[in-house]
Amino acid sequence: MISNRRLMLAHFWLAFAVFGLAVLLGEWQMFIRSPLHGWLHNPDLYYRSVTAHGTVMGYVFPTLVAMGFGYAICELSLGQPLIGRRWAWAGYIMIIVGSVAAVVPVAMGLDSVLYTFYPPMIGNAFYYIGVVLVVVGSWVWVVLMGINLNAWKRAHPSAPVPLPMFANVAAAYLWGWTAVGAALELLFQILPVALGFTNTINAGLSRVLFSWTLHAIVYFWLMPAYIAFYTIVPRAIGGRLYSDTMARISFALFLVFSMPIGIHHLFADPQVGSGFKFVHSVFTAMVAVPTLLTVFTICASVEIAARLRGGKGVFGWLKALPWDNPQMLALAFSFVMLGFGGAGGLINMSYQLDSTVHNTQWVTGHFHLIFGGAIVIMYFAIAYDLWPHLTGRAMQHLGLIRTQLWLWFIGMIVTTFPWHYVGILGMPRRMAYFDYTGMSAEAVSVIMSTVGGALLVVSAILFLVILYRNHSGSRAEIAPFTFSRAIHEPTSLPLALNGLGLWVGLMMALTITNYGYPIARLIGLHDAQVPAVFIGAKR
Amino acid sequence: MNDHRPRLISLRNPWFTASAGAVLILFLFTVFVGFVWLPSAQNDALFKGLLNAICSAAGVPRAWLSEASPPVQPKAPVSSVVLTPDMLGGPSSGGSVGRGATLALRCTMCHGARGVSAANTPNLAGQYEASIYKELRDFQSGARTSAVMAPMVVGLGDQDLRDLSAYYASLPRGDVSAAQQAHAMPNIVATGSPMRNIAPCGSCHGDMAIKLGAPWLGPQPHDYLKSQLEAFANDRRHNDISAQMRNIARNMTADEINASASYYAGSK
Repeated sequence: MISNRRLMLAHFWLAFAVFGLAVLLGEWQMFIRSPLHGWLHNPDLYYRSVTAHGTVMGYVFPTLVAMGFGYAICELSLGQPLIGRRWAWAGYIMIIVGSVAAVVPVAMGLDSVLYTFYPPMIGNAFYYIGVVLVVVGSWVWVVLMGINLNAWKRAHPSAPVPLPMFANVAAAYLWGWTAVGAALELLFQILPVALGFTNTINAGLSRVLFSWTLHAIVYFWLMPAYIAFYTIVPRAIGGRLYSDTMARISFALFLVFSMPIGIHHLFADPQVGSGFKFVHSVFTAMVAVPTLLTVFTICASVEIAARLRGGKGVFGWLKALPWDNPQMLALAFSFVMLGFGGAGGLINMSYQLDSTVHNTQWVTGHFHLIFGGAIVIMYFAIAYDLWPHLTGRAMQHLGLIRTQLWLWFIGMIVTTFPWHYVGILGMPRRMAYFDYTGMSAEAVSVIMSTVGGALLVVSAILFLVILYRNHSGSRAEIAPFTFSRAIHEPTSLPLALNGLGLWVGLMMALTITNYGYPIARLIGLHDAQVPAVFIGAKR
Repeated sequence: MNDHRPRLISLRNPWFTASAGAVLILFLFTVFVGFVWLPSAQNDALFKGLLNAICSAAGVPRAWLSEASPPVQPKAPVSSVVLTPDMLGGPSSGGSVGRGATLALRCTMCHGARGVSAANTPNLAGQYEASIYKELRDFQSGARTSAVMAPMVVGLGDQDLRDLSAYYASLPRGDVSAAQQAHAMPNIVATGSPMRNIAPCGSCHGDMAIKLGAPWLGPQPHDYLKSQLEAFANDRRHNDISAQMRNIARNMTADEINASASYYAGSK
């Protein structure tokens, strides 16, 4: 039973509205640096757009989806109204204020620093303050998720915590801890310069602090998708979850291993020793484990659904799956993109292989395929599944939904596969324009990506239209929302799998072992201060 | 956590011992491989021995590579000015505008009474302080040669140069002509030529971004800009600290030199 529909709808609608705008910016960027358009004479326009696109897609959109979905999970799985409703609204308003404070100076060209900040570039302080507000607003959600879980546990002393809430709180704690790195960077490195207290910055330290956030944030984006894999899809396609325990272990492993690995973003940075780079590389490889566990468990769950529907044979059961069900379609598309994206990720995280693709368009292609593809398509699926329960109106036009998902899948493949390829050809990333003279392979690939991007724009518009039209549909009797049921539903759980204490402890311990020394050494390295490069300053 | 239930953090909890133990073993193994084994496989003195291996892998090698041969001596004098954002800032190092104005009387015959003239000399009004100071220092040291400028700066002290720079920087800049708006920008100014390693002029010299030490070029006389680009290209001028202007000018075509000079001169 949902009692805070408006709160959830507000989160989802704001998320999808800014997502729609950022998709348009992304396609404009793709077009403007393709051979279809002449060279951009003012590259700052491009970097403004990249900064806005990244800030919205990286910070605002997924955070709002995770929050809206998290509040829904909290009420639906615990069966109690949200504790701290006013605080939740306060967090939401903080995110709105923060987003406006961040995006306005970006639009004015005062903060073309890209969403990863790239010190020693320094822009207008309002951008950074805005981002801090967005993060603080989301921390309200983190705290509320913990409070709600603990209240429920006190009321149900020996009952197993529902899997959706276990996973949801894991995502919240992961975000709470991983955002600390960027927060430290903003508060102690960037803002003092942006506010004019000093004009030098320890760029190496700033980058290490940002890497603390930069990789685990990806797993925070991914969590809602994984929660949907485990707790929505098996129910939606008429099956059972193969293993509740495996699901909990996967989320626990994400909590432990997604944090101490961010230095794999700094393989080409001189300020970190090679030993730490190797350690982070190995721990990054460990994150593949919960993903492989998930792929196994979900495939098994899907097979159960197929066999319950009369599927036979080693692979024949695939035909018995409900392919006209949007959740089935979204899951299949997501897994295909996760497979390719994950394989590409294994190359990025390998200390040696990374050097062949570092800072090329390959990397941009990779994270668009994983995040924009595998994860965002599950955000669509979550919205389609929850919407009737939020609006009280049935989802009609399943055909339109299928078209939207197909378009997103095809669009994302057409966009990102050539994007990877130009990276292998050596095209650098973060370029406002590119000299295609004598480079037909690059030119053709980038044009293909631009066409793929156009499909994504169409799909995004379709998505918004479908959700919008649902609000004016006829009211219907919506069956109560349920999450997937496991084959063996837990009756009692070991302490370690009924709470997150152990896993949060391991996450923090590994943060100290893997980040402690590099950060401490860089703090002590006073001659590492470099002059700030002010962006958007008077010329 | 309830008291009557077993404790989470306890050696008797197999979940705790197994997970913490496995993480610890994994960590120790990767540290051994990353800090001892892999560095030892390097054929490099910096990594030989356990302590050297660990320190190098941690990013703090105990010794850096010693210099094998002395640095190559340039054939002609090169600029010895060290550019930093605050080299002219601060109360002790900054120049005095009033004193600079007096000293500048000797400059007016070529550079105009207020830093602007029609004599095809650089316009100094509103030029960046650091850029003027650097060029004056280079004229003094002989890194930049000029039969006219060399005798003019020979008797000046460092504070004189700072004062002159401060004075000219304080004067109002000449009007930027309509031709110099973004839409009229030639490709060489706006985008450079990536395949020939030519950065856009505007990314250092104004209209898009500025870099410390790079002079503001708008407006400057066409003939002066053209002759300087040609001097860089032919290695007759070599006081650009990292040879960036020599490398750029060498790769520019005659048309591009003309186009950029015309653009910054404000003439079509």
